Amino acid sequence: MRLNSFGSKFLGVAAAALLLAACESTPETTGTAAGAGGQGAAPATTATAPTTTAPAVTPGTKADFELNVGDRVFFDFDKFDLKPAARATLERQAAWLRQYPQKTVVVEGHCDERGTREYNLALGERRANAAKRFLMSQGVAEARIRTISYGKERPAALGSNEAAWSQNRRSVTVVAN
Amino acid sequence: MMSTTTKPIGALRHVFVALGVGLTLLILAMTAATAQIQLDLNRGVVQPLPIAVSDFDAESPRSEQVGKELAAVIRNNLQRSGLFQPLDPRAHIQAPSAMRNVLPRFQDWRVINAQALVVGRVEATADGRLRVEFRLWDVFAEQQLTGFVYATTPDNWRRIAHKVSDAIYKRITGEDGYFDTRVVFISESGPKNQRQKRLTIMDQDGENLRYLTDGRYLVLTPRFSPSQQEITYLSYFNNRPRVFLFNIDTGQQEVVGDFPGMTFAPRFAPNGNKVIMSMAQDGNSDIYAMDLRTRQVQRLTSDPAIDTAPSYSPDGRFVTFESDRGGRQQIYVMEADGSGQRRISFGEGRYGTPVWSPRGDLIAFTKQLRGNFYIGVMRTDGSGERILTEAYHQEGPTWAPNGRVLMFFRETPGDAQGRGARVRLWSVDLTGHNLREIITPGDASDPAWSPLSP
Repeated sequence: MRLNSFGSKFLGVAAAALLLAACESTPETTGTAAGAGGQGAAPATTATAPTTTAPAVTPGTKADFELNVGDRVFFDFDKFDLKPAARATLERQAAWLRQYPQKTVVVEGHCDERGTREYNLALGERRANAAKRFLMSQGVAEARIRTISYGKERPAALGSNEAAWSQNRRSVTVVAN
Repeated sequence: MMSTTTKPIGALRHVFVALGVGLTLLILAMTAATAQIQLDLNRGVVQPLPIAVSDFDAESPRSEQVGKELAAVIRNNLQRSGLFQPLDPRAHIQAPSAMRNVLPRFQDWRVINAQALVVGRVEATADGRLRVEFRLWDVFAEQQLTGFVYATTPDNWRRIAHKVSDAIYKRITGEDGYFDTRVVFISESGPKNQRQKRLTIMDQDGENLRYLTDGRYLVLTPRFSPSQQEITYLSYFNNRPRVFLFNIDTGQQEVVGDFPGMTFAPRFAPNGNKVIMSMAQDGNSDIYAMDLRTRQVQRLTSDPAIDTAPSYSPDGRFVTFESDRGGRQQIYVMEADGSGQRRISFGEGRYGTPVWSPRGDLIAFTKQLRGNFYIGVMRTDGSGERILTEAYHQEGPTWAPNGRVLMFFRETPGDAQGRGARVRLWSVDLTGHNLREIITPGDASDPAWSPLSP
């Protein structure tokens, strides 16, 4: 998860920049549609295959999940309940996971920077667990889902404003294999 | 490693006192009597005391250099405390060598308005050690207030300077000092989304900085054991966030206990035998204490809310922690066995990161209210809330061992790319005065102050 290669850093920055752009236009609807959730992950394909502009991702891959399903859902400040948009994304995630039963995931819980460190670790755990519970309710076996909280340690957007914070209060489902 | 000896000296008669860490001390007996100078720290704003710290006298050029540096470290300590105003050594009239084996010429020190005078001497002994002696004088009463002789290995000279500073602080204020202490914290570097964090230790004045981990794994919230031999902290080693112990002498790291979920927010019990921490499982964080000898784990809270950031009272009988069981982060107190849990903070906003004062009388906290962050203190029953500082973002207070100074970290906002954001350690007196940044080579957070070194 913590890749230190130059490539992954670039990827992270590019993803964050794109997320910000997405957020500026329609902050509240980010993540509601497959496209929005996918936008955050889109640079992954461009970064790994820079010559392909309209990537034909292989179904059942991490890239497929990020691009066509949407890997993240967003939360309100100091909240961990799933909003309708989050449920929609998680339903798609569950469907994908039912389709590829050999895949396992790590659900990361994240917070914005406007809280104290320890509390945010606990809040991130709550968010990751809320997403995990929802996936389980949609028929994904518990054994396939691991959770990890990063608190406020791994923001997706780097700014110190509500636009960035709303992108950082998230859970991210990472395909692990 | 830290072999130092300190001795109180009588005018001519030597009394031998052995202390921990192989430090011997000799008290220089006082000629008589009543202290003329006294700073009362309970009186609110204290006018800094003008003090002259003469370069420590020496007979060899090498020792002379050490003598200058010793005096500089002492002046720096005293100045940063906000309680003293060390006078510029260039204004000193009487040379260090002119006070060798004779009384200072007090008139020379009164002329520059020094109220207290520190005179010292340093020499290399035949066995290769450093011998440092100092006396603190009341310039107007022309009386010696205190004096010590210390012996140590030459590379340990800074600790002597801190010991001398502590002796001066104690003699003048009547309270223990905090200069011979260290701070463990997290060094930060790199962009916010790829932040590299390293466990770091330094002296309280920022010197002798040493990185304890290499940044491969995310590390957070380090806290000292009472013996200072160990640090407990959170590490994301192998992507499994768990509480670890770091042995400062050996560099050895080990996970604390075998918990099914993330463990975090650790602190030692005052006797060093237990680590108290949170464990998160199925989205719920509760507080546990683990006995480090028996490995026995005791669950102290079992509420569906977030219970975290536990901190023992200095007598080990109580624990303060934060919980959002009332709907928002607030501060609670319970007995060390988990019984008698009750909320103590009732003000507006959110209250977190409670830390019990080493004196036992206060709890320091981080408060969030209307988009700002505050560091404050309240009595252990929640009364007498007092805010010390306000900022865009600051959190995580830690107490100096004498309970007079708090250190915390403060972060400034960056631009949309996170550029320009800065996170640094700061300290403030319990009075809310003397707010200052602690100089670190780069970004720094999560400070924890050590106890006074033995």
